[in-house]
Amino acid sequence: MNVFVYCEITEEDAFAEVSLELLSKGRKLADKLKVKLEAVVIGNKIANPEEQLFPYGVDVIHLAEDKRLFPYTTLPHFSIITKLFQEKRPQVALFGATSVGRDLAPRVASKLRCGLTADCTALEIGEHTDTKTGKVYTELLYQIRPAFGGNIIATIINPETRPQMATVREGVMTKEIYDPNYKGVVEKLQVEHYISDDDFAVKIISREIEARKINIKNAQIIVAGGYGMGSKENFNKLHELAAQTGAEVGATRAAVDAGFTESERQIGQTGVTVRPKLYIACGISGAVQHRSGMEESAKIISINTDPNAPINSIADYTVIGDVNDVLPKMIKAIMNTKIKK
Amino acid sequence: MNFNIIVLIKQVPDTRNVGKDAMKSDGTVNRTALPAIFNPEDLNALEMALRIKEQIPNTVVTAITMGPVRAADILREALYRGADKAVLVTDKKFAGSDTLATSYILSLAIKKIGRVNLVIGGRQAIDGDTAQVGPQVAEKLNIPQITYAEEVVKVTNDNIQIKRRLERGVELVEVAYPCLITVHSSAPPCRFKNAKKVMKYKKYYTVSEQQNENMNCISILDRVIEEWNASDMNANMEMLGLSGSPTKVKKIDNIVLVQKDNKLLTASEYDIALLMEDLSNNHLLGK
Repeated sequence: MNVFVYCEITEEDAFAEVSLELLSKGRKLADKLKVKLEAVVIGNKIANPEEQLFPYGVDVIHLAEDKRLFPYTTLPHFSIITKLFQEKRPQVALFGATSVGRDLAPRVASKLRCGLTADCTALEIGEHTDTKTGKVYTELLYQIRPAFGGNIIATIINPETRPQMATVREGVMTKEIYDPNYKGVVEKLQVEHYISDDDFAVKIISREIEARKINIKNAQIIVAGGYGMGSKENFNKLHELAAQTGAEVGATRAAVDAGFTESERQIGQTGVTVRPKLYIACGISGAVQHRSGMEESAKIISINTDPNAPINSIADYTVIGDVNDVLPKMIKAIMNTKIKK
Repeated sequence: MNFNIIVLIKQVPDTRNVGKDAMKSDGTVNRTALPAIFNPEDLNALEMALRIKEQIPNTVVTAITMGPVRAADILREALYRGADKAVLVTDKKFAGSDTLATSYILSLAIKKIGRVNLVIGGRQAIDGDTAQVGPQVAEKLNIPQITYAEEVVKVTNDNIQIKRRLERGVELVEVAYPCLITVHSSAPPCRFKNAKKVMKYKKYYTVSEQQNENMNCISILDRVIEEWNASDMNANMEMLGLSGSPTKVKKIDNIVLVQKDNKLLTASEYDIALLMEDLSNNHLLGK
């Protein structure tokens, strides 16, 4: 009845950031529930999982190693997880909302007939009283996420089924070392017991993996553009301002969908979550999906023609005006302050 | 023998274009203000099916949607764009279904069709963005899944090669039939409606539509869009709707913004210069 986290292996043979973030969250949930935190690691020749994972407060690492288990394909990972969960009966199971986690978790939930909530922005422990039966449930996992185009925030629960499953995007939870000297145990899984030849129905013929170029997650300053930027060309002005301020350029989903910039720059519920010291929102109205990915920024500046844009209510400064007029003025002002100094 | 492709489609509220009237004064969603549309990635899925049909002789493309009677609109649209058959899966008992119950219902509809080579759907629907129904239908059918498909690289009577779009690159995979594919928005867009097909299919209705419109049911049998309910598919009633859904909505919070101490500035050079100086003095600029 412990908390389980599926720990994803990246192309660089490291653990995915999101998995480490989820271990940190999982440890807090496990402490609250007074249970253990267990990590599931599936791959091929993984270097020092103990050293890498125990400091996050991991009590047990379930390790499945086989040359056929990396790169990831759905069915073998699915078979290992479902059988392991049937044996160990976790009460909570967390997955990164990555292209792997979002492929794997739903299939696992279907097999185990349990509930799964995608792209949670918060996870809490709480209780619930069924209004019809009066039955009281304690220590449930509250799976909290924006819904219906982000116009509402829904709290989802799974009163009856276990594990309670959720996926979470990278950057939503905060990665922190629990105890550098924390020690758990490693349980090596007999892979043959979990998988069969049928699990290798999908064959990988070739892969082309690009290096991660854009790093908005760790940027201290972000200049972000929304649909209000109007065009791909206007996005260049954001890059100019970013170059002058040591910033990285971010975008809303609407701007990405409109083809103004790359999807790697997308901030929000279905993109990355950022907490920079300064966030300059240009032509962004501030739908809740976007805000959920940036509202913890230390300082927020909004540039918008609409004085009633929702983003303004979380901004520290609001400039009422057209971004294409304001941005050049900002760039000029920065040049001037630099000359003064 | 026919090569059978099922395309799973969904009618969704257009949450991408939420206007000012989309929220009621009490803060709840005004669903009627949002137009109902063909889920965008399901159109990419339909196009993928139609391209495979062009390469494999005797292919039958059947569009299936689960939803209320008005969802028949997107079935007709699928027929206009090139699908061969359409099935509406509808029942009041389906109301409140989460992804698990939905995938169970869709898997029953697919099983009722019989021998299927490919099931293709959009990666996710814009009203929920969960991307769960595809993999869950694959599990219910006990067939492999290929998610985030971007391009069919090669297709034969025995197997298919698909290029998948990953977070950081692409992957080429091969699988034998049957399998389920979910299609990414980066896949080719769907072809337009065909005028001849519009003429042919615009009078195709489901049984419920005919009853609702008080049409005298003179339609020739093959002019009917198939309509199946829970008992038509021998569904286990416990696995439908709310009772078949392990996820429950505990509460819904409307978005309430907390007003910060906000400094309002104009776009004048003076105001902006002050702002930038302020930021600079507060060590907010530079790495």
